[in-house]
Amino acid sequence: MPASVTPLYFFVVSALIFAIGAAGVLIRRNAIVVFMCIEMMLSAVNLTFIAAAHYLNSLDGVLMVFFVMTVAAAEAAVGLGIFVLLFRGRKTIRVDEINLLKW
Amino acid sequence: MELFQVQVTMTDLLVIAPELALTGFALVILLMSAFARPERRGFLGYTALLGVVAAMVSLYWGIGVEASAFGGMVRIDPLSFFFKAMILLICLLIVLVSLGYAKREGIGFGEYYVLILFAAVGMMLMASGVNLLIIFLGLEVMSISIYILAGIMRDDTRSVEAAFKYFLLGAFASAFLLYGIALIYASTGTLDLAGIGRVLAEQSWISGRPILITGVALLTVGFGFKLALVPFHMWTPDVYEGAPTSITAFMATGVKAAGFAAFVRVFFYALPSLQAHWTQIMWILAVATMTVGNIIALSQSNIKRMLAYSSIAHAGYILVAFVAGNELGISGILFYLLAYVFMNIGAFTVVILLGKKGEENTLIGDYAGIGYHHPLLALAMAVFMFSLAGVPPTAGFMAKFYVFSAAVKADYYWLAVIGVLNSAVAAYYYLRVLIYMYFREPEREQAIGGFSPAAVLAIIISVWGVLQMGILPSAFLALARQSIQFLL
Repeated sequence: MPASVTPLYFFVVSALIFAIGAAGVLIRRNAIVVFMCIEMMLSAVNLTFIAAAHYLNSLDGVLMVFFVMTVAAAEAAVGLGIFVLLFRGRKTIRVDEINLLKW
Repeated sequence: MELFQVQVTMTDLLVIAPELALTGFALVILLMSAFARPERRGFLGYTALLGVVAAMVSLYWGIGVEASAFGGMVRIDPLSFFFKAMILLICLLIVLVSLGYAKREGIGFGEYYVLILFAAVGMMLMASGVNLLIIFLGLEVMSISIYILAGIMRDDTRSVEAAFKYFLLGAFASAFLLYGIALIYASTGTLDLAGIGRVLAEQSWISGRPILITGVALLTVGFGFKLALVPFHMWTPDVYEGAPTSITAFMATGVKAAGFAAFVRVFFYALPSLQAHWTQIMWILAVATMTVGNIIALSQSNIKRMLAYSSIAHAGYILVAFVAGNELGISGILFYLLAYVFMNIGAFTVVILLGKKGEENTLIGDYAGIGYHHPLLALAMAVFMFSLAGVPPTAGFMAKFYVFSAAVKADYYWLAVIGVLNSAVAAYYYLRVLIYMYFREPEREQAIGGFSPAAVLAIIISVWGVLQMGILPSAFLALARQSIQFLL
C-alpha cells in the first residue's frame, strides 16, 4: 500500500458510505431498498473495522467483521421472511402504506 | 507454523452454564415440536419452564464465583449475576403467562418458546459480556429473536406490522451501534471494555479525539433505540401495541433490563473517564424521555399503548439514576429495574387475562366495572397501577425514592424536581384505569376468556414482589449495592 494512504481516507470513505446508507433509509419507501441501505451501512462499518485493524495491527477488528457479516445474514433471513408475510397480508411493502398502528 | 488451539476449560463452561442450559432446552423443544402431533404440543411450554428452572439452578451453582471466561470475553461478577437472575425471573414469568395465552391465541408451535429462550440467552450474554463483540452479539441474538416473536401471530396483520416496524428500525439502530463500536475501536485499539477504560484513563483529555466522541455518541444512539429513550422511541408504541401481549411484556422488561445492563457496563466500566461529558447528554435524554413519555401517555385510550408510553417514561426515571452516577444511583438502577419487572409483567398479565381470542379488550373503556365483576383481578391491577404511579407502600414508590434521592445527593436538584413533577403527571393516567375499574358502569357484559392457573401464579408472584420490595426494600437495596460495589 502506498505510504500516502492514511487511515483517514478509509474513515472518510466509510463515513460517506454510512451516511449514504442512512440517508437512503430515511428517503426510500420500498422496504427492500430500505433494507439494502441498512446492509450498506453495515458494509461501511466493516470497512472501518478492517481499516482500523490494519493500521492498529490488531486482529480484533477483522474478527468483528466476520461476526457482523454473519449477523447481517441472519438478520436478512428474518427480515425478508417478515416482508413476505407482510406482503401476503397487505399486498404492499411500501413503508408509508404500512400504517395500521398509529396514534 | 504454530497450530492455533482453542481450549475450553471448566471455568468457561461454568460461567456460561445458564446460557448453555437455556440453549440446550431450546434445541430440545425445537426437536420435540417437529415430531409432536399438533394437539399434543401443550407440554412444550412446560419443557421451556423446566429449562428456565434448570438455568436458574445452574446460575445458583455459580453463586459467589467471580471469573472471566473465553479469553476475557464474558465475565460473571455480582453485576452480571444480578442481571442474569433478573432476566431468568422475567423469562420464568413470561413463560408462565404464555402457557395459557399461547393456547388461547392459537400460537401452537414450539418456536414461540424456543425464541423466548434464545432471546433470554442473548440478554444474558449482553449482561455478562465485557467485550463489545459479545455485547453486540448478545444484542443481536436477542433482537432477532424478538423481531420474530413480535410477528409470531402470522394471521394478525397488526402483529406482522409490529414485527416489520421493529425489524426495520432495529436493524437501522444496530448499524448505528456497530458504527459506534467501530469508531471506539479505531480510536482506542481494543474492543475489551476494561482495555478501553485503561486507554482512556491514560489519555486524560479527549478534545482532540473527534472519532472517539462520535463513537460514544453513536453507541448511545444504538442503545437509546433498544431502551426506547426519547428521541429514539418512535417505534415503541406501535410495536408494543401490535405484538402479542406476552411478548410486549417481555420486550418492556427483558430488553430494557439487558439494555441497561450493557449500558451500565459500557459507561461505568469502559468510559468512566468521560463521565463529565456523557452525563450532560444523559441529563437531556432523561428529561426528554420522562416528559415526552408521560405527556403522550396522558392521551392514550388503548392500555397497551399507554403502558408503552409509560415504559418510555420509566426508562427516563432510570436514566435519572444513571446521571446521578453515585453508589445509590447505580444500585437504584438495579432496584428500579427489578421493581419494574414485577409491576409491568403483572399489569400486562392482567391485560392478557381480560382479553379473549380475537378480542383483546385493550381499550380503557373495556375496563369499566371490572372491579365488581372480577374483584381479585381488579385488585391486582390496582396494586400494579399504584406501583407504576409510585404510591407507597409499593415497589414503584421505593424505586422512585431511591432514584430521586440519588439525584439530590449528586446535586442534580433540577433533575429530581423534573422527575417528581413527572411522576405527579403520570399518576393521572394510571389512576384513570382505577377510576374506570371501580367507578364506571360496564358498557357490555364481559367474561374472562383465557383464565389460566399459570397466569394467576405469575400475578401472585408479581404482587408479592411489588409489595415485598415496597414494604421491606432494604434487603433488595443491599443486594443491588453489593452487585455494583466493584464498579466504584
